[in-house]
Amino acid sequence: MAEAAALSRPAGVVGRRTWANGLFVLPFFLTFLALMVLPLGVGMWLSFQDYDMLGGYGGSVGFENFTRLWEDKIFLRSVLNTVYFVCLSTPAFVALGLFLAISLNDTYRRSAVLRSIFFGSSVLSVTIVTLIWRLVYMPERGLLAVSAGAVGLSSPSFMTTESLAMPGIAIVTVWWIIGLPMMLFLAALQQIPREVYEAAALDNASRWTTLTRITLPSIRRTIVLVAVIEVILQFQIFGQVHLITNGGPNNATRPIVMFIYEAGFRDWSLGYAAAASQVLFVLMLAASFFQIWIGRSKQED
Amino acid sequence: MTSIVLKRVSKKFGTTSVISDLSLAIDPGEFTVFLGPSGCGKSTLLRMIAGLEDVTSGEIEIEGQRIDRAPPGERGVAMVFQNYALYPHMSVRENLSFGLKNIGMPKAQIDERVQAAARMLEMDALLERRPSQLSGGQRQRVAIGRAIVKEPRAFLFDEPLSNLDAALRSRTRVELSRLHQRMKATMIFVTHDQVEAMTMATRIVVMNQGRVEQVGTPLGIYRRPATRFVAGFIGSPAMNFLKVEPAAGEGGMAAVRLGDGTVVQTDIPTAGLEAVPAELGVRAEHVTTGGGIPATVDVVERLGDRTLVYSRLRNGAAVVYEDEGDSPVSVGDAVSLGFRRQFLHLFDASGKAHQAPTLEGGPRHG
Repeated sequence: MAEAAALSRPAGVVGRRTWANGLFVLPFFLTFLALMVLPLGVGMWLSFQDYDMLGGYGGSVGFENFTRLWEDKIFLRSVLNTVYFVCLSTPAFVALGLFLAISLNDTYRRSAVLRSIFFGSSVLSVTIVTLIWRLVYMPERGLLAVSAGAVGLSSPSFMTTESLAMPGIAIVTVWWIIGLPMMLFLAALQQIPREVYEAAALDNASRWTTLTRITLPSIRRTIVLVAVIEVILQFQIFGQVHLITNGGPNNATRPIVMFIYEAGFRDWSLGYAAAASQVLFVLMLAASFFQIWIGRSKQED
Repeated sequence: MTSIVLKRVSKKFGTTSVISDLSLAIDPGEFTVFLGPSGCGKSTLLRMIAGLEDVTSGEIEIEGQRIDRAPPGERGVAMVFQNYALYPHMSVRENLSFGLKNIGMPKAQIDERVQAAARMLEMDALLERRPSQLSGGQRQRVAIGRAIVKEPRAFLFDEPLSNLDAALRSRTRVELSRLHQRMKATMIFVTHDQVEAMTMATRIVVMNQGRVEQVGTPLGIYRRPATRFVAGFIGSPAMNFLKVEPAAGEGGMAAVRLGDGTVVQTDIPTAGLEAVPAELGVRAEHVTTGGGIPATVDVVERLGDRTLVYSRLRNGAAVVYEDEGDSPVSVGDAVSLGFRRQFLHLFDASGKAHQAPTLEGGPRHG
């Protein structure tokens, strides 16, 4: 046996570990260091500084930026807004993505066309998407208002009503990038062997039982994956809000990234913006871990 | 009373006909094997009985009840798939009880059946494991267990042994035969492996290109194949086929002339032949040495208990024959062959086979 193992590799290579092997990962490692670790470190450092682009460097201030954030009503509102938005959009991405994938998981031409259409909007840039939806939401002359008027109803004005603005933004976002979750779910569904469904059919499984006991458990990993990806993406909402409501009405749609952007690039207080970034970072980390943990514990029972 | 009846069943995929006008009756308690090369429609036929494929035309009955339009779950059949098709996220126990839960069976009864099946298949210790923690043979057993707990009217097996290694395959063959004898259930088993068919079946249905070539007991089919296709498909090594021309026979029995000019006398009455014989068929064990037909040894395969000798006649025609295990024959030897006339087969140009009327079909076993 030992002889056979030795023969399968050139003599001298067995078990030898040299520093030169590290060269293989070096290009990635350097890039990772320069573009991920370094900015993260600088950002963390900045969040403890009084660094104002206009007023100049005011030295280290300890946790003062964070205590200021804690008392900043606009920041707290933006945190709540962002969490609210994530809670609106992520379940919609998972549920709707799954629904579309299950409905379109066949070989009919009709489904192929619909898959392309649903995925198609994902390639549009945020400017185009917001332009389209401003035309939809426009009071009196927008698509929504006109359609509602045609059947004798009056449509609410999404973008100017405080309680409807964030759901409106969530609808835009889901419409825009539902394609990716759908594709991920489709890929997962196609991994389930046909025989398993056939066995379930012979086992008298109803459609509902097949969905809940065969399909969903088989793609559980993908469900967790989609949820984590969407939480990370949606916590960073900015473009749609910036272009449609610009944070209004009455700060109802102002998300954390917009707060960071305004603190950093409008008010030029980089330390304060960096501190807000750290809060966002921790929120995203916590939400992702929570979801992975949920996925794990389900697997164990 | 028959268990499963197929009446003029046909299956088309688009314009391609897979099964045409097939009729068959299977008795209760029979172990029927659908045997044929890949693409002959045997799996499709099984899947039609299971309800996994539609029937294009014709009828299927199980215990007198027409089921060809019923959903798979309502047909009272259980199927064991080639890749087992276990539910990967469920434990063995859940795999076994899934079908019973779906029909609303009380929990106590489910537990009882699962325990009984687990005991029968000696997998009590595996019940809480998941399929990914089992070996190929164990998965196979779970798949069979999942069929057993349903107490179906018929068991359907779709090449379930093809993913097992050779040793495990022959062991599982014996286990399946034992299971069949104990349960006395109707079983249909699809395979392309003639050894599986010969060893397990009480009746073999040989299929070719969507049609039934022959239905019979394993020995009946082995001894009296109805067509050249069956003769060539059953038996290992395959039957020798020699191109022949008709010759003058004696006593009303047909004789044929081989390619090298030798005349071979058969016990097959000339009166029974509808057409001119085109080929002579003889199995390796029915070739004798010292019969006067000269041949040269090509290859020698020593199997221990017997020796297979691949030889060539003077005209180059190949003949395999069986010799004793310690036969001194070696490559290049000149040998003299003969054929045991009562075991010969004649095939006409259409492929129809003829044997001596005295040749027994063999006992009906099982």
